[in-house]
Amino acid sequence: QESQASGLPEYVKIVEVGPRDGLQNEKVIVPTDIKIELINRLSRTGLPAIEVTSFVSSKWVPQMADHNEVMRGIERHPGVQYPVLTPNLQGFHSAIAAGATEVSVFGAASESFSRMNINCSIEESIEKFEEVAKSARNMNIPVRGYVSCALGCPYEGNIVPAKVAEVSKRLYSMGCYEISLGDTIGVGTPGSMKRMLEAVMKEIPLSALAVHCHDTYGQALANILTAVQMGVAVVDSSVAGLGGCPYAKGATGNVATEDVVYMLNGLGINTGVNLYTVMEAGNFIC
Amino acid sequence: NVVPTAVKINLINMLSETGLQVIEATSFVSPKWVPQMADHTEVMQGINKLPGVSYPVLTPNLKGFQAAVAAGAKEVSIFGAASELFTKKNINCSIAESLERFGEVMTAARAASIPVRGYVSCVLGCPYEGKISAAKVAEVSKKMYSMGCYEISLGDTIGIGTPGSMKEMLTAVMKEVPVGALAVHCHDTYGQALANILVALQMGVSVVDASVAGLGGCPYAQGASGNVATEDVVYMLNGLGVHTGVDLQKLVDVGTFICNALNRRTNSKVSQASCRL
Repeated sequence: QESQASGLPEYVKIVEVGPRDGLQNEKVIVPTDIKIELINRLSRTGLPAIEVTSFVSSKWVPQMADHNEVMRGIERHPGVQYPVLTPNLQGFHSAIAAGATEVSVFGAASESFSRMNINCSIEESIEKFEEVAKSARNMNIPVRGYVSCALGCPYEGNIVPAKVAEVSKRLYSMGCYEISLGDTIGVGTPGSMKRMLEAVMKEIPLSALAVHCHDTYGQALANILTAVQMGVAVVDSSVAGLGGCPYAKGATGNVATEDVVYMLNGLGINTGVNLYTVMEAGNFIC
Repeated sequence: NVVPTAVKINLINMLSETGLQVIEATSFVSPKWVPQMADHTEVMQGINKLPGVSYPVLTPNLKGFQAAVAAGAKEVSIFGAASELFTKKNINCSIAESLERFGEVMTAARAASIPVRGYVSCVLGCPYEGKISAAKVAEVSKKMYSMGCYEISLGDTIGIGTPGSMKEMLTAVMKEVPVGALAVHCHDTYGQALANILVALQMGVSVVDASVAGLGGCPYAQGASGNVATEDVVYMLNGLGVHTGVDLQKLVDVGTFICNALNRRTNSKVSQASCRL
């Protein structure tokens, strides 16, 4: 009641990205059995979605080389989604073969970032994702779309909200059920978050939006609060704040799931997540 | 570790150059209780006092007040609390008794035309009592404001508050004290500080306490962080288009200086990120 009276969502879905986004940005290569144990522990916390791994070439992302073993090795709890990254059709097919039932594609609002990260233009990446989305649709596999650099780019600097809205709309139109807007380098503030969301909300229904805030400048919780105040009800976070920032040495990266849940609890917003069991999973992986 | 007087003076002088308008310099408390502040007189007399910048000092009682004024202080602060147990453990008396002591300071300060800032601790929770009612915070704030404090700084002493409890507490306090006289002093022990500050700003609060480099751990939670980092607050306010007059780069440099002098890592995320980008 408290959250409703204040215009906040009653429930926020937390998408746990620690095992993928988190571990991908940690220096130490984590053994497969540890990854599986982490995901199994996270499955018992009440988290509704846990990003498991990435079906990308091990040449590019050595940390995710064991994607098949992880996908096949984890417990699958009823009511919990286990999305995986699939950068292209080949990755998609491998993911399905390994038992994936939800996939994600990663776009960007910055041309430079797209080129540096996946070696092609935004347009070319969208074409690749469309292939994935088409196959996924045929198999009734939901696809989540990510938009990186939504509040700033390590190469281009400022990113215009209209560009974020444009890329989001492309991903949504191709059939992504949800668009996760990522502040990839954590430079955003409540000011830029608000402007960006206002632009995107003109193109995408609110219920299909998520925010993926990095805490590199300590702004994540304030940015998430702003998003939630505007009605966004899906938040990505990483247990123990796993995952540094590859663009700012020594800086932090993902926002910690524990801190997000603490804040949402304090706001009277339901997440279904047991804070203590998440903390225990965090202690385990740390 | 006790910081050498020269380093303290250097720190304050550097902070004076950043555009900050208020820098809490020291505390005129007995060195028996707070050894770190034993050099209060030397610090007060040693710093450069820039025009347009205030250098308030803590004065827990009349004796401290008199020592502060003798050392050149032009503004003082008194520290109350919204929790009886915290007051008892911290200064060994009840809230009512502490307010009486402050009354003496207020009388002397008024006679000397010295502005007094009032702090209320434990506004969003107490390490001993747990939950603190918003009504109690409003009551203590009102008493301190009525005594003559020009500003009341509401402190989330153990950083336990969230935007939910901040909003509830401020709503109650704003019924008793004008919002223009309110400040928030958020601790980042649970990572909630910036979100809590944001809510306060949204409700019209326009004075925020912060600590360069996030200096100051939490004495009630071993290993936990304490004060919110000034750099991170300024970064957020800049992004919101809210004017502070503070030069963020200079502030980051001051944080680097004091962390080197203390041989510790900064608690400011902005500072951590800025080194490499």
